[in-house]
Amino acid sequence: MKRRYLDYSATTPVKKEVLEAMIPYFTETFGNASSIHTFGQIAKEVLTESRKKVANLINANENEIFFTSGGTESDNWALKSIAKVNKNKGKHIITSKIEHHAILHSCETLEKEGFEVTYLDVDEYGFISLEDLKNAIRKDTILISIMYINNEIGTIQNIKEIGIIAKENNVIFHTDAVQAAGNIEIDVKKLNVDLLSISSHKIYGPKGIGALFVKRGTRIIPFMDGGAQEKKKRAGTENIPAIVGFAKACEIAKENLDDHISKLSVLRDDLIEKVSNSIDDVKVNGPRDNRHPGNVNFAFKYIEGEALLLMLDAVGVAASSGSACTAGSLEPSHVLMSIGLGHEIAHGSLRLTIGDFTEEEDIDFIVENLIRIVQTLRDMSPLYEA
Amino acid sequence: MLYTDIVMDHFANPRNVGEIKDADGMGEVGNIQCGDIMRIYISIENDIITDCKFKTFGCGSAIASSSITTELVKGKTIDEALELTNKDVVQQLGGLPSVKIHCSVLAEDALKVAIYDYAKKNNKTYKGLEGFDPNQVNHEH
Repeated sequence: MKRRYLDYSATTPVKKEVLEAMIPYFTETFGNASSIHTFGQIAKEVLTESRKKVANLINANENEIFFTSGGTESDNWALKSIAKVNKNKGKHIITSKIEHHAILHSCETLEKEGFEVTYLDVDEYGFISLEDLKNAIRKDTILISIMYINNEIGTIQNIKEIGIIAKENNVIFHTDAVQAAGNIEIDVKKLNVDLLSISSHKIYGPKGIGALFVKRGTRIIPFMDGGAQEKKKRAGTENIPAIVGFAKACEIAKENLDDHISKLSVLRDDLIEKVSNSIDDVKVNGPRDNRHPGNVNFAFKYIEGEALLLMLDAVGVAASSGSACTAGSLEPSHVLMSIGLGHEIAHGSLRLTIGDFTEEEDIDFIVENLIRIVQTLRDMSPLYEA
Repeated sequence: MLYTDIVMDHFANPRNVGEIKDADGMGEVGNIQCGDIMRIYISIENDIITDCKFKTFGCGSAIASSSITTELVKGKTIDEALELTNKDVVQQLGGLPSVKIHCSVLAEDALKVAIYDYAKKNNKTYKGLEGFDPNQVNHEH
């Protein structure tokens, strides 16, 4: 059976060129970048080159890039570090209700330590209100953290405007750009962003590596104590093969950005249109415009998401859902609840995320099978009256 | 794989899906917040369950639990059917992940509520229903 992967927002396969770039750094050029000898110096050189490539993806300076173990670490580091550094200035943080758990749970930890957090509401498409943001800012607000693109419903926030508001009010601004990097042009020189999190495995690089962009002049404290790596801010021997892979993935993403966006957008719109036209009682979650080029999110009434995922998997289609059953929790996804979906429809959500290896034929296959599977499950559902 | 082959078989090829028109008993449990609603219909002749069908809104294990329950009670006497517990459902399915055990509880409860419905309509009493209150069925996970 041909397996079709439509879960690129969960993770992506490592591209062949990326893997090939990494391989020599496991066995041949394996030196520790802190060593004085040639092995070490070669590793140090490639570390510098890699940092430039990662910086280039978001138009940052190389000295503004700190390697981390991934998006979660970058988010944790940004929030906890900024909170601690600025705690004498104030203890108020602003974020949104639809952030990734790496942000939400970091905020909860900070609340336990005495910080106050305002969680901004979002509208039915997942956008925060800039007015709400302005109104939420207080004298003691030290940090705003708003995600660039939502991982579930693809909403692209107005990061530029948020940055302007943050700057006007002299508040530090962090954005979780894990879903944005490689899927939208990011230019930190044009955005008033002070910190920005990115992850390698969402852009066809290896897992376990990411970066935190820290604008020059923004004070952070170490997340890991130990050696002098990452300008003494993030100790631990650098994972050179992963960093090389991440850098290669960034380089490819930068080169192909326009083609990538236009190819994915066409497939995305095609999938949304075909499903909307051929299945009744389906809602498209997330916005029409300002949407991640590869994100599709439906809510099918009368059926439950996990059952849908299992039936799709049985025909080789890999997708995800915001249903409570898939998360092993009581509640459906906090994002779907925040955009105002009722339980009955949030449980029937399906996220299909398109990537570089998705083809038009995959879209047709999915539409054909979705029509059949949704009907099969509806025929079983006590909520559905044919 | 998340589920056993038996669960997947009952999920992919569910037995006895549908409604029974003029059923002798019907039981519905669960709620939309948790994402599971299970409805079981029974036909009864001479205290024997001659037919049993289900309709379920829920995850794979909820559908599989409903399906196997209908198979397990078809042809059984009411007293025998009332002995069915969620543990039997789990065992017959070859096990369920711990977070999904509540699906088997829903199946046991839906069946009991259906039998209770029949008993009430026909002024019958069954030992297995002593102390059973359909309004006290725990629908939470």
